[in-house]
Amino acid sequence: MSAAGWRATLRDTVVGAVAIVSVSAVSAAELDYHLRPRQVAEGVYVFEGANDDFSTRNGCNIINTGFVVTGAGVVVINTGPSRLYGEQQRAAIRRITAEPVVRVLNLNLHPDYLFGNQAYADVAIGALPGTIRDMRAEAPAFLDNLYRICGDWMKGTEFLPASVPLDAGDLRIGDRILRLQRLEGHTNDDLIVIDERTGVLFAGGLVFHTRVPTTPHARIGPWLASLEKLRELPFRVLVPSHGHVAPDASGIDQTRDYLGWLDATLDAAAREGRDLNEVLAVPMPERFRGFAAREPEYVRNVTHLYGPYERRALEGR
Amino acid sequence: MYRLSEILRATILVGAAVSACAVAAAEGKDPFDSGQWSGMEEEFLSGQKVAFDDRVKVTGPRFAEDAMNVPVSLDATALGEVRRVMVLVDRNPIRKVLEFFPLRTRPTLAFRFKLQQSSPVRVAALGADGVWHVGSTWVDASGGGCTAPGATRASGTWHQTLGQSQARFFGQGDATRLRLRVMHPMDTGLVAGIPAFYLEELALRDEAGTEYLRLQTFEPVSENPVFSFDLPEKPVGKLVLSGRDNNGNRVAAGVAP
Repeated sequence: MSAAGWRATLRDTVVGAVAIVSVSAVSAAELDYHLRPRQVAEGVYVFEGANDDFSTRNGCNIINTGFVVTGAGVVVINTGPSRLYGEQQRAAIRRITAEPVVRVLNLNLHPDYLFGNQAYADVAIGALPGTIRDMRAEAPAFLDNLYRICGDWMKGTEFLPASVPLDAGDLRIGDRILRLQRLEGHTNDDLIVIDERTGVLFAGGLVFHTRVPTTPHARIGPWLASLEKLRELPFRVLVPSHGHVAPDASGIDQTRDYLGWLDATLDAAAREGRDLNEVLAVPMPERFRGFAAREPEYVRNVTHLYGPYERRALEGR
Repeated sequence: MYRLSEILRATILVGAAVSACAVAAAEGKDPFDSGQWSGMEEEFLSGQKVAFDDRVKVTGPRFAEDAMNVPVSLDATALGEVRRVMVLVDRNPIRKVLEFFPLRTRPTLAFRFKLQQSSPVRVAALGADGVWHVGSTWVDASGGGCTAPGATRASGTWHQTLGQSQARFFGQGDATRLRLRVMHPMDTGLVAGIPAFYLEELALRDEAGTEYLRLQTFEPVSENPVFSFDLPEKPVGKLVLSGRDNNGNRVAAGVAP
């Protein structure tokens, strides 16, 4: 059996098992994300996810999504981890405004940015060209993984790719100008959006507030350079994809601090000839101990990123 | 997914289990109460004295973030002299990962392996008392580490680096760490259309021919493996790495002190 086929079978088996186990725990009626949009500026709303790791307890809703009411339709930013999330997000938007959703943006290729796309099958869904290419390659594996981790919350979720390649520049809809910019480092293509009128900045996966960053596609050098650019932007409210919304640059500074520490730690460990398990045992400095998802995310950080440091040290570079 | 030999072996093991009353089982209690263990003991340690022993330390992550590169570190120094070490994974389709002969190194080793599903990971160390002392840890996994192609196999670039190696000494307190990387796809034979292709033997000798260590490696060792060894002191002269894979390709390199 092919690896993909094997995984699909595993997924079905796991989903089946989870469904049986969770009948008494979470009935269909309880699969409610309780999405309540919070207005962060005039016409700009955020749905705040749990500042945590993926789990069935939080329905894998750990992302901040949002929308902008433009006067000529609604622009949705990120669609959440599942079809159910996308549907409940769209219903919640309808309770705020009668304007139709006219545009959806997926800020990067990660699963919680786009698995709600099915709820917007009738809308133009935009992403950076590299993001569209990469999501097509990686979404099937992401989907398997979320079915495994999130169980019933994923029911009926299929991958619907973004269809409209976006260029950096101004997106003018109604009375709003949304400035789109391509940065990089968290993934190969990180889209950020700033609402020109209110100064709300949707910084996507580049900023984590009071949470350890996720790094499956990270390159620390370009990421740090992108954070410098974010620091220069004239924003008034910063909406990170994970962690708290803040009226200041504290999330940028925290992310920069953490990535700098991680880079220095991995480099020093490699130069001392440490193996992966020894790096995993390195204690985290006090200032990061209050961060969400600390333990599982640090293990992932090291697993994702240590290889190149190790090879450089072995080659004496 | 299992090879015919596995099935035959399983059939034989059922027979073995029936007659298990006649076979001396390991002393102490398996911390993971694994259904596979008695069969493994029969297969790999038949007729030997075996005891579960916490002094053999096995370190791995709680969850295998990358099932194709699961780090495991072992340390059997608490046993004193150790002649031979075996790493076994209960629930892998190929259970034996490697054997390690720490001839002039400490009985410690770190490397990465491929994990097919959540499983106990065993390290059996043969002490001077003639007993195999078995330490264990448990690693959870979402699975598939043995049945997906490695990165260089998937990209087709493996042949550009086959058999190349890098090695370096690192001072660490009272010991010297030697890290060794050998480029090899380490195909398990469990991916459709890709036969088993893996390193079987690696050895390090000094220039006089005295062996420092010997490894027998099997399919579950990760692609382009990196091994960490600890030596009581840094060798004075150059070490010589030699080895071969199951297709007869040779590995040969000098390791400068």
